[in-house]
Amino acid sequence: MFTVFLQFLFSGLTVGAVYALVGMGFNIIYNSTSIINMAQGEFVVIGGLFMWFFSETVKLPFFLSAILTVLAAGFVGLLMERFTIKPLKSNDLLLMIMVTIAVSILMRGLLMFKFGKDPYSYAPFTEGEPLNIAGAVIQQQTLWVIGITACCIVLLFLFFNRTMMGKAMRACAVDTTAAKLVGINVSRVVMISFILSAMVGAIGGIAITPISLMEYDKGPMLAVKGFCAAIMGGLGRGRGAVIGGFAIGILESMTAGYIHSGMKDAVALVIMLAILFFRPAGLFGSVAMSKLRKF
Amino acid sequence: MLELKGISKGFGGVKALSLVSLSVEAGSVSALIGPNGAGKSTLLNAISGIDPPDEGEVIFSGERVNRLSPMAIARRGLSRTFQHLELFGEMTVLENIMVGRNARTKAGFLAAGLRLPSGLREERESLSSSEEILDYIKLGHHRDDLASNLPIGEQRVLEIGRALATGPKLLLLDEPAAGLNMRETRDLGELIKRIRTEKGITILLVEHDMDLVMRISDAITVLNFGEVIARGTPLEIQKDPLVIAAYLGDEAA
Amino acid sequence: MGRGNSIALVLLVLAVAGLPFVTTGSYTLTVGIFSGINALVAIGLCVLMGSAGQVSLGQAGFYGIGAYVSSVLSIKFGLPVALSMIAAMAVASAAAALLAVPALRLKGHYLAVATLGFGEIINVILNEWGPGGPSGFGDIPHLSLFGYTLSSTTSNFYFIWLCVAAGLVFSLNILNSMTGRSLRAIHGSETASIAMGLDIVALKIKVFVLSAIYASLAGALYAHYVTFISPSSFNLFYSVLALMMVVLGGITNVWGGVVGAVIITILPELLRKFEEFDVLVYGLILTLSLLFLRKGLVPLLIEKAARLKGGTDARA
Repeated sequence: MFTVFLQFLFSGLTVGAVYALVGMGFNIIYNSTSIINMAQGEFVVIGGLFMWFFSETVKLPFFLSAILTVLAAGFVGLLMERFTIKPLKSNDLLLMIMVTIAVSILMRGLLMFKFGKDPYSYAPFTEGEPLNIAGAVIQQQTLWVIGITACCIVLLFLFFNRTMMGKAMRACAVDTTAAKLVGINVSRVVMISFILSAMVGAIGGIAITPISLMEYDKGPMLAVKGFCAAIMGGLGRGRGAVIGGFAIGILESMTAGYIHSGMKDAVALVIMLAILFFRPAGLFGSVAMSKLRKF
Repeated sequence: MLELKGISKGFGGVKALSLVSLSVEAGSVSALIGPNGAGKSTLLNAISGIDPPDEGEVIFSGERVNRLSPMAIARRGLSRTFQHLELFGEMTVLENIMVGRNARTKAGFLAAGLRLPSGLREERESLSSSEEILDYIKLGHHRDDLASNLPIGEQRVLEIGRALATGPKLLLLDEPAAGLNMRETRDLGELIKRIRTEKGITILLVEHDMDLVMRISDAITVLNFGEVIARGTPLEIQKDPLVIAAYLGDEAA
Repeated sequence: MGRGNSIALVLLVLAVAGLPFVTTGSYTLTVGIFSGINALVAIGLCVLMGSAGQVSLGQAGFYGIGAYVSSVLSIKFGLPVALSMIAAMAVASAAAALLAVPALRLKGHYLAVATLGFGEIINVILNEWGPGGPSGFGDIPHLSLFGYTLSSTTSNFYFIWLCVAAGLVFSLNILNSMTGRSLRAIHGSETASIAMGLDIVALKIKVFVLSAIYASLAGALYAHYVTFISPSSFNLFYSVLALMMVVLGGITNVWGGVVGAVIITILPELLRKFEEFDVLVYGLILTLSLLFLRKGLVPLLIEKAARLKGGTDARA
């Protein structure tokens, strides 16, 4: 009994890690722009597919491939911001969110054009026997996913708390106008937030692909789940998205394991609706903060 | 008509209003003045329910309303204008006024969609009364212009017209003369007086233009740092040493 | 309703009436039928977005409810199709109201988020509990009215576009009424609308329910025309497609919904040769239209026309 539970728990933690990364990606952009970037899931797909391209087709060494993939994703984020978000520069959030939807479809089209509709995968980061914890079989890649996510969380935390740029981004999150007045280059902050959240998404994609495969149209579902994670933790709250992501991942895998696999995809959505209706500021958000936001 | 009892309101640690009491006589023009940051707009928002007070009571026509939603308060006959204009910019001047009448109509989606006679009748009534108001505020020549295309002075007048269309008992005007030139301010004063005498609507206004305030008000209340420091007729206020120190002295210095 | 709208309506009626006479084979009419079905969804969404300023990412949910409820009622319970269609619309309105009451109490675009979740949950439910599961089911009866069964392509084409025309007139009437002005007022300034005593929450709920009725009617028409349905027709992609129609056509004018729906329906037919490109082209069109014709085609054309005429009447 316990073994099975542990098995579900670990598979939940694995997908949860990716949801957490997507959720954090949402928050990074949301904090500097109030925009919900619906193309967030595509960054994860880019991570997985580009990594496959660099390591399997170009046959570059693992590390180089990973770095190139993350940089490429960052570049895509940059292009997206410079060519769609910046030129529009509208206060109409609805319009901005729809632009991100449009860009996500465009990206999906490009990915399908390049990679087709097949799922892709590559070898796990390390070869070797799966671990055995209390009878549960844990793939080494699972530990990689969780470990890499943890590193990302720590690095992002340091970035936002210790670096000038990170602090500037947090200032924008609190009050864009005030940030402008104290001399923060808001346009650059927005640009960097897109690059950063694209990179975070891509890292998730690189790590998860050996386990769950990657195909061009996985983005929307990942975005929806990551968004649920962000909502659950309180939109804009970094820590909230992490906890929300893991919570949704675990609940999903428990639902799939103990109840019915078809219900899995509904879990995150039901949680999200419940949170919206009963605690719109999220589990960890403050009501006073959320009143200040436009969204 | 309107009775405020011990209104207090704080934002975080800052007390914006403390124990403000005020009463507005039916059929009068009352003014609320005070230096910037004295809490005038906060008080208007507290009265109209947009930002309800923390403590105290707002009694409007004998009924306690400070727990009601702004919509419910508006429906009881309290209408207002805004310091930062809140016109429906993408709608025409006439349409802006017609919206003012909408809360008083009953026809719903079905009546509107199927053009049922009940809806059409209300539509005609709304149109004719709105056109009357348009003539009353002398904006008839702008009937079909977009509200956002009017000069600021006429936008202020239009906001008053829109508020009139709701059929109010009490009209709250939040700095109606802000951004107006001398001639426009004079016309505005005339309009306010006409609304009071011809329509019998009670008026409470917040205003910085002292000439206007002194000319049209029956009673003035002076607010400073969230507290009432004086009240009286224009003559009394002009002579009040506290007011001169806190407010007029401000300007003289 | 305005002269512009009346002229446009006459033109539409002429075009619809004439199309079966100038085409050979049923292909064009079939595309026409799907354009009409999509147009209904788009008109509802247009009213919601253009006048109340709310966005729905879950129209596929109501579209699916319309199709499934009406089909199941007519097959399993032997209800006359017309009756089961009405019942389906009632179910969809109830679902919309249940969703909107909590979502619209909140400020901002929570409705967008809530509808996204709703649409996906409906899709999961259809997959899990819908007859036939993911592969769907068939043998759905055609619509019969006064003893006449709509089984031919031409009769369906006429009936569906009759519904579109009725839907258009209904929403144009609403938009040009006091109710429509209230909705546009809310879009203009919520603060002022409240101060005017408008019940903005009730209005938003009603207009959202209206959009759900349009979508569920479209879904029911779809099911009883195609006679076979599966959950994949009612997923997030359809919701986004509906959004795309409205954005492309222009949210401020319900005609925009019709024009956008026709374009978005015909487009993949034209692109059929480049099968690999269709998603790419969709994405490009949506992105470019958002970037360069923000207002959408119809409002833009009206503006152009008005400028040519000397700017006398910029509004439809």
